Amino acid sequence: MGSLSLAHEPVTGISHGKLGMWIFLATEIMFFSGFFATFIVMDAANPGLFEATATALNWKLALTNTIILICSSLTMALAILNLERKDTGKFRMFLGLTLLGACGFLIIKTIEYSGKFSHGIGPDTNVFYGIYFLMTGFHGVHVVAGMIPMIWMLGKSFSKKGYTNAGRVEVLGLYWHFVDLVWIFLFPVFYLLYNPSLVWGAAAAAGGH
Amino acid sequence: MVRVPAHGSQAGKGEHREKFYKLILLRNMATEVLTQAHHGAHDDHGHDHDHAHHESFIRKYIFSTDHKTIAKQFLLSALIFLFVGGGMALILRWQLAYPGQPLPLIGHLLSDSFVTDGVVQPGFFMQMTTMHASVMIFFVIIPLAVGFFGNLCIPLQIGTDDMAFPMVNMFSFWLVPPAAMCVMSGFFMDGGAAAAGWTHYPPLSVTSGAGHTMWTVGVFFAGFSSILGGLNYIVTVLNKRAPGMGMFDMPLTVWALFITAVLISLGTPVLASDLAVLFFDQFFHSSFFIPEGMLYADNVHTGGGQPILFQHLFWFYSHPAVYIMLLPLMGVVSDVMSTFSRRPIYGYKAMVFAMGAIGGLGFIVWGHHMFQSGMNPLLGTTFMLSTIVIAVPSAIKTFNWLGTLWRGSIRFSVPMLQALGFLTTFVVGGLSGIFMAAAPADVFIHDTYFIVAHIHYVLFGGSLFGIFAGIYYWFPKLFGRHMNEAWGQIHFFASFILFNLTFFPMHLLGIGGHMRRISDPTVYEFLAPFQDMNEFITLAAIGLGFAQLILVFNIIFSLKFGKKATRNPWRANSLEWACPSPPVGHGNFDRQIHVYRGPYEFSSPLTKKDYLPQWKKLEEKPAETPVTAQKTEAGESTKA
Repeated sequence: MGSLSLAHEPVTGISHGKLGMWIFLATEIMFFSGFFATFIVMDAANPGLFEATATALNWKLALTNTIILICSSLTMALAILNLERKDTGKFRMFLGLTLLGACGFLIIKTIEYSGKFSHGIGPDTNVFYGIYFLMTGFHGVHVVAGMIPMIWMLGKSFSKKGYTNAGRVEVLGLYWHFVDLVWIFLFPVFYLLYNPSLVWGAAAAAGGH
Repeated sequence: MVRVPAHGSQAGKGEHREKFYKLILLRNMATEVLTQAHHGAHDDHGHDHDHAHHESFIRKYIFSTDHKTIAKQFLLSALIFLFVGGGMALILRWQLAYPGQPLPLIGHLLSDSFVTDGVVQPGFFMQMTTMHASVMIFFVIIPLAVGFFGNLCIPLQIGTDDMAFPMVNMFSFWLVPPAAMCVMSGFFMDGGAAAAGWTHYPPLSVTSGAGHTMWTVGVFFAGFSSILGGLNYIVTVLNKRAPGMGMFDMPLTVWALFITAVLISLGTPVLASDLAVLFFDQFFHSSFFIPEGMLYADNVHTGGGQPILFQHLFWFYSHPAVYIMLLPLMGVVSDVMSTFSRRPIYGYKAMVFAMGAIGGLGFIVWGHHMFQSGMNPLLGTTFMLSTIVIAVPSAIKTFNWLGTLWRGSIRFSVPMLQALGFLTTFVVGGLSGIFMAAAPADVFIHDTYFIVAHIHYVLFGGSLFGIFAGIYYWFPKLFGRHMNEAWGQIHFFASFILFNLTFFPMHLLGIGGHMRRISDPTVYEFLAPFQDMNEFITLAAIGLGFAQLILVFNIIFSLKFGKKATRNPWRANSLEWACPSPPVGHGNFDRQIHVYRGPYEFSSPLTKKDYLPQWKKLEEKPAETPVTAQKTEAGESTKA
């Protein structure tokens, strides 16, 4: 590089991409906080409605999805690790598995949605279904948004040059863990919180009422 | 990386500069060869040369990743929208002054759904109030205050070549045109454009036409553009400062933009989620904001929602947004005032902390917009107290500006005049704000013209005069030519006088009970004595609108015929004045930058000149002192 380059090591010691992603995740937390605020207010404003409606959700599919997403977070971390070790084959495998997990998540989500739609249930049924479709829908959009760079990186790794930018995969990994984390909040809030018999058993639920 | 001046921009720069660049080019090529010989051939090397040499027209001027070009794009689009929004305001003013009389010039050109025989219809009036505010806030003030100044000042003032994410930066600008198209598309739709006010409160915004849905989508995009810009600014400021520059060596403009970026990152996503919820209500007919038992024709909503929730989430962003629109200009004005009074800014650190306090407090005061919404009065009291506390950091800033001016050798150049215009109108707007912060007083003046007067004193008088100050101040740096001083002064005095004539009487209208969004004041008997004042305001507003043409003609004229600018025409200290005017190609600086001191060393005893630039190394320093020691020493002295 010439003597006029103004580029230098990042002052904070954290790469631009990583710092930017952390700040972006902060904005994302604020974004989902708005939804959670809406959730809390809707619950408080409609006593009994959430308890009455939430039991109709398919918690088995959601639990499967939770496991899939957690596994895909693990494979993402392994993909980063293997790219750092310059093990391209394993990197491809784990990134591919992550992508597969994302696809699986979306397919199961589609099954769950279409089950609801086929019964004539949509966002306009009541505010519980409204917030359910709103939050899981926006989470789904985030899953799709994460898949795009994954496909790009995977495609690039099959090119002649290969894909070597471990820093960038790490940044994507941060995002992917965040998407996973959002789901880890959504799953208990929608499927377990208003379904006490699932968590504590039928007897405890009956006693609670 | 070799910095080669772009061919077009360097024409007629003078021969010595040409030679200077050639020398640099030669030196760089030599270094390049040496480095390559040392490290062996490197794949990525040739790439940057090609990039600087021949960029296609589209890459250079349209989808450019250069922060200066993006700044110019923001400036151009915002100036266009300034006149669109201003035209809308004049339609409003005409109707208020002469209700029932056809609009002059454009009355018969508008569609029959808006006007009857050229006379503005009440529905169209509401669309105009909504769109005037939306355009001015989302497509004029925020793009200018954040987009234009952020792109122009941050990389230059921290001494770097570009933003941390140039592509994200480009994307952030190119989200604005589709956003504007969505917001404006309502005019061509059944039911017209959004007419629920720029605050877009449901249920009205949910139960009205498709224009409202498009408004929601458009503002969502505009918010996304803000978020991308904001996170880019934060990373750039944290990571790309020139060697030797600590956080407290940054000019106040950069500090202000940094704090603004933090506000954007924390506030705008909440607006985005609020708009997403609103969009669900509008498009999928969910009922988050539709109360139980509400009846209306179009769509069936089940009810069970909370309209006040929208207001809470909306103002959680939109109150900090007031500071998003104001803080950058506070920074700009600080720079301008310090330069033209030839004095260091009074209380640099206090200024920084005051801005931080304004930003922080800005997040806990949103309820003062909702005293009349049916919110719990106890909550109102809390918000009243936190709002009044904001007067403290605001007063710190105001008195520090006065302290900067005090006994300075003031030069009343155009940027300085505009900055003083900012200061005076900001104080008036701040004082009228205290009335509204007090819940008992607000009950009386809520939704009257007093509010209209206040917001225009803060957003037009505050932000826009600050923006003008910045445009006149950095125009020589951005375009390499000065703006015409005489026409600049005419523009300032015309704007300042007509601004006060337009908006000061609105305080009186408001105290008299003139409601905020009525299309025909003559139907109210108690407003009859005010009709002359309404006419007066309208005449002043038309004058104010046309006065802004002076700015546009001055910009266009100066681009071609303005006086050539030198490197540091205002004899200022911050880093942007270290690079040529305009800055070199895609990389800005033609010399290595090292920062030795703070940005406001005017009238320093260390030098005979009355200014001491940040990049200038003083010769008195003993040569044997290690470089690192000097760095910290210079850093410490500015922090003290």
